[in-house]
Amino acid sequence: MTETLSPTAARSGAPVPVIDTDPFGRQQLEDPFPLEVALREAGPLVYLSAHDIYAMARYEHVYAGLRDWQSFQSGAGVGLSNFRIRKPWRQLSAVVEADPPQHDAPRRVLADLLGPRAQRRLRTEWTAVAEEMVDGLLAARAGAGVEFDAVSMLAKAYPLRVFPDALGIPEAGRENLLPFSDFLLNAFGPRNDLVAASAPRARELSEWVSAHCEREALAEGGFGAQIWSAADRGEITVQQAPQVVRSLFAAGVNTTVHALAAVLHALATHPEQWQRLRAEPGLARVAFDEAVRWASPVQTFFRTATGDTRVGDAVVPDGAKVLMFLGAANRDPRRWADPDVFDVSRDPSGHLGFGFGIHQCVGQNIARLEAECLLTALAERVAAIEIAGPPRRRLNNTLRSWDSVPVRVWPA
Amino acid sequence: MGVDEVGAGGSHAPALRVTAKETVAEGVVALELAHPDGARLPDWTPGAHIDLILPGGLTRQYSLCGDRWDAYRYRVGVLREPDGRGGSAYVHDRLRVGDSVGVGGPRNNFPLVPSDNYLFIAGGIGITPLMPMLHQADLLGAEWSLVYGGRHRGSMAFLGELARYGDRVHVVPEDERGRPDLDTWLGEPRDDVRVYCCGPPGLLDAVDTACATWPAPALRTERFTARQQESQVRDAPFEVVLARRGTTVTVTPGVSVLDAVRTAHVDVLSSCMRGTCGTCATGVLDGVVDHRDSLLTDDERAAGDCMFPCVSRSRGDRLVLDL
Ligand code: HEM
Ligand code: FES
Repeated sequence: MTETLSPTAARSGAPVPVIDTDPFGRQQLEDPFPLEVALREAGPLVYLSAHDIYAMARYEHVYAGLRDWQSFQSGAGVGLSNFRIRKPWRQLSAVVEADPPQHDAPRRVLADLLGPRAQRRLRTEWTAVAEEMVDGLLAARAGAGVEFDAVSMLAKAYPLRVFPDALGIPEAGRENLLPFSDFLLNAFGPRNDLVAASAPRARELSEWVSAHCEREALAEGGFGAQIWSAADRGEITVQQAPQVVRSLFAAGVNTTVHALAAVLHALATHPEQWQRLRAEPGLARVAFDEAVRWASPVQTFFRTATGDTRVGDAVVPDGAKVLMFLGAANRDPRRWADPDVFDVSRDPSGHLGFGFGIHQCVGQNIARLEAECLLTALAERVAAIEIAGPPRRRLNNTLRSWDSVPVRVWPA
Repeated sequence: MGVDEVGAGGSHAPALRVTAKETVAEGVVALELAHPDGARLPDWTPGAHIDLILPGGLTRQYSLCGDRWDAYRYRVGVLREPDGRGGSAYVHDRLRVGDSVGVGGPRNNFPLVPSDNYLFIAGGIGITPLMPMLHQADLLGAEWSLVYGGRHRGSMAFLGELARYGDRVHVVPEDERGRPDLDTWLGEPRDDVRVYCCGPPGLLDAVDTACATWPAPALRTERFTARQQESQVRDAPFEVVLARRGTTVTVTPGVSVLDAVRTAHVDVLSSCMRGTCGTCATGVLDGVVDHRDSLLTDDERAAGDCMFPCVSRSRGDRLVLDL
């Protein structure tokens, strides 16, 4: 779908529609949908004058663009800054911001580590933790409705327990995990007030993470230690090992927290969907992916054009930053029937909430396992769930997330 | 615009078209394969192979030796094997430009690990998986050299392409220079060098012996003959039993297990549709799986209790799935 043209041919590309709305503006982060509609309607490729960048928002083009790593690289940064022309002011990720060939070895190690074997090993323990956590919440007041904040008591509590254990880091300091990742994901956007707000602690958090990426800090048998073993086997270099561990700190917890928050919010606001899930708990994985499609907790990522590249009839010039709207693609009516409806009976397969292509989320099946364990434990124990107070958004330049979703549940 | 990638439409083992066939050395042809609709082909990394599925269900594995930056073409090199099991003879004698051929994979059991220093050793057709590795080592600015042995120049593929690497490449035709003196090439054991070797069993054994005192991660070999075992792919329909529901669906050639299962209104989540992302993992209760994914290790494949129905199939008449 994309083809590289010579600079002269590029000029013959169709005019690119211009939109001047800032996708990282407060209003857009609060409610991204009007801009998403405008972007999709404007055409396959849009120029966003607020940041001198291009954007794709239709499913077909985001999908094709994400696969075409040859034309749309990640190595110049998956945030707004263009590290092809600017000296990096932050540490680039050795995984998500590496192009082939550098990307190959870390990706292979992670794919192996987080693959079917790990999922089988973790399932029993993660199921037990989920059941214990849900039982604990419900025990508070058996029989009557129980109220709690689904974000802090489940969406955060559960991944913050199981993932750091699996990674192999100590209890102390785990409160740094979400602020660290919040900062990184904010930093993919422009240096707005969100970045400024999380900047003061950035260095301290980064140092805490760095210290825990070293071999000595990581418990035997965990993901972290296994990454170091891969370095001992020569599959990645010893210099890469702490950077690959770091990618799990950056991408492994915050994303899952907000995806779980999204699915819990979706189910609490759609009682009939909750009943479907209760009737058929085997739908847990589908329900989670449908929430990832519908809410797209990771909204956007950037790519950089490696040459003049055709998208539709238009052309992205060499070196331009291109913002990929995963969230907009996941609600493109050209691809999805009733895209704005959350429906656990639909087949959400093929959504772009985990990205696509060579950088597609390597932890997606770990995230699904966490969700499956938690949703199954809930579906077995909770007869009904509803919103108990106004949910509150948490703004982030990359994530679409909840700070708080008060719910009331009735034990089964 | 909008041509779909192989596999994304849900078909298994897509048929690719032979777009070029060229004799590149005595007894060696290079095939170029492309999607009939001009679609992207699945990505691969140096050291990867694909399965060619030939008429009658015969499959053989061949290393990809083209350029991964070209997403639209695969290249493989095929040696005519004198003791003539069907595969290579078919490719040499019968397969023509414009024909279609079933392709499985790619899968990589011989990945290039990062290093500042490589020593590549190829014997004969063993040069094929090393070709993209050399390109990659060069791109990364690594120190590297290649020792390439063969019977005589005329029998050695890709000498022309290798010329651009200048004196990094040491061509050792046996009739001119005898066999490569491995001890000299390898020198003293070093822990900062990665040795990649592919070729006939005699060469691999010799390199194993010569590297006996090297640190374990240094040596990486690919036993071409071991993995080029020919195997039969089932080309008849088979049944898939969905154990939890007690229903059975029939899977015909050309339809994936995933699509067949979906016709029974069973939701199996999927994403990549080509055996790389792991989303469609499904438990197997009975039957023998023909694994085509790039996720499971050989041991996990042998265990046979998990499959990826977007690409994998059945060897026998019946599979029982935990669905
Ligand atoms: C529902 C939760 C999650 C969501 C929505 C999510 C989303 C994503 C997305 C959209 C990408 C692609 C980025 C790009 O293309 O530039 C990605 C990559 C990645 N994710 Fe996730 N993720 C989730 C959970 C996880 C978990 C649990 C882990 C770790 C166990 C993880 C580790 C990674 C890594 C390491 C990458 C980089 C892969 C590469 O570049 O090859 N993610 N994720
Ligand atoms: S859908 Fe990705 S492995 Fe089957």
